[in-house]
This record gives sequence, structure tokens and C-alpha cells, in this order.
Amino acid sequence: MIPAAQAAAEAHGFLSPSGVEIAFLLVGLVTLGAAVVTVTTRQLVHAALWLVVALGGLAVEYLLLTAEFIAWVQVLIYVGSVVVLLLFGLMLTKAPIGRSPDADSGNRPVALGVALAAAVALVWVVVDAFRTTWIDLDGAVQGSTEVTGATLFKHWVLPFEALSVLLLAALVGAIVLSRKKEQER
Amino acid sequence: MHLAYPAVLAALLFCVGVYGVLARRNAILVLMSVELMLNAVNLNLVAFDVWLRDTLHAGQALTLFTIAVAAAEIGIGLAIVLMVHRNRGTADVDRLRDTAERPESPGDTPDGDTPDGDAPDGDAPADDTPHGEKAEATA
Repeated sequence: MIPAAQAAAEAHGFLSPSGVEIAFLLVGLVTLGAAVVTVTTRQLVHAALWLVVALGGLAVEYLLLTAEFIAWVQVLIYVGSVVVLLLFGLMLTKAPIGRSPDADSGNRPVALGVALAAAVALVWVVVDAFRTTWIDLDGAVQGSTEVTGATLFKHWVLPFEALSVLLLAALVGAIVLSRKKEQER
Repeated sequence: MHLAYPAVLAALLFCVGVYGVLARRNAILVLMSVELMLNAVNLNLVAFDVWLRDTLHAGQALTLFTIAVAAAEIGIGLAIVLMVHRNRGTADVDRLRDTAERPESPGDTPDGDTPDGDAPDGDAPADDTPHGEKAEATA
């Protein structure tokens, strides 16, 4: 195991990133910056629009990891419907359009401390654990639509059907929750 | 590609989501932060699936399931937030304190948090939300 890891490290090298790595790093920086702006901006609608940038950047990361189908599902579901739902929610709760000074609650320093501690711990552990691990992106594409569809309907049919029942239950639940009672108004 | 790139990006995105969940006041912004955390998990799943070259592609199947569950979650969550906003007139998670535990000693309580029962100096109960509104909201 250890000689194999050393051989892999010598074969790849730490200081010579490939083109895919550089692209991943740049898109990752954009994604992370958009996520930070999403959770820190004081304009609520801008937060939703920066969330589009973050989720779209993640779709590009999926493409760079050769998971095409996941990338397009990400674009369709998240950028297409979830953000639109969030914007509708912001409109229906009469969110202020301009800067709202009370977007952050009082426990912001505590939240910053928790997030920084978690970030330091997680990054330290992850980097230490996967220092000599490389993803082999050459060869057969891992997540094309053909491969994903075949595995999904060959090996994962039962969870897939259970998930459709869950979506139906969520649909009915959302309708029941948002329906007005008859005696009201 | 070095595996540390997607793993570190997922860890940082997760922590950004944690900060958003803890620090935001509007419930819809909290939901956005939850979406960020779920996406960080998805990135980890895809990266490790591609690294392990799983023949069942468990990581990518689980990513699709996570996306569907997140869509259901955002629908139900927004319905709940809209109902709370319709009943209370606000979507701030700080103001929904009906089930909050009142502090025991009345000396260091902030305004409006005087306990109902055994206040020794006999203050009138002055909760944030009057009881009539509470009864209406739960009806």
C-alpha cells in the first residue's frame, strides 16, 4: 500500500497540476466565493441569485469529474426549480427588496466560530487522509447518461420507486400545508 | 486529478452552509444554506464514486436520490415557511419562540422573557407572543 502510494505520488507529482485540476480549482474558487456571498449578503434576492452561481459552478465540477448526467440533473433541478421556488418564497413572504439590516441574527460570531472550527478540522483531516490519492479520469466515462441509466434501472430500481412515492407524498403534503381552510376568509 | 481538490471544496462548502444555517435569520435564507450543505455532500459522493470506479455506481445513484430528497425538502419547507408567515406575519426564525424555555431566574432575563409562573417580584407576564395568537396559530 505504502510503496504504491509513493509510486503514485512520484508518477503524478505535487507541483505539476494537470489542466483538469487547474480548471477544477478556478471553478471551485468561483463556487466557494458565490456560496460565501450567498450566506453573507444582506439583500435577500441577491442571495438567491448568487446561489444560482454556486450551484452552476458545482454542475461544472460534476462535468469535470466526468459525471455528465448528474451535472445536467443539477442544472435542471437546482438551478431550474429549487432557486425559482426560493425566489417565489421570498416574494410570497414579502421579503424586502433592498438591503435588510436584520438578515443576520445575533449569534453571528458564534456561527462564524463554529464554521471556522469545522472548516479547519475537516480540511485538515481530509488533506491528511487523501494526500496520496488520485482520481483516474482517463478511460471510460464514469457518469454518462447511458451508464447512469443502466445502473439506476438495473440495480437501484426499488429505491427509485420508493423515491417516487416520497415525491408524491411531498407533493400532497405541500398542497395540504399551503391550502387555506374553508372557515378562514 | 488529486482527490483532495473535490474533498476540500466539499468540506469548505459544507462549512459555509453551516455558517449560513446558524447565522441567518430569515427562514428562506436558512433553507438556501441547507441546500449548500446538501450540495457539498453530493460533490463528495460523486468524487468518491469516480475515484472508486464502483461498478454499481452507488455514489451517483445516491447523488440522484439526494437531489430528489432535497427537492422534496425545499417544497415542504417552503410550504411550512409560507404557512408560518401567513399565521404570524413574519418568517424570522428568531421570533418563533413559543416553545422556547424561559430562563428560571427573572433577574437576568431580557425584555419580554419574564416567566409566567413564579416571578417573585410579581411582574405581569409579558411574552413576545400573546396567548391568543398562539392558540390561533395552533388551531
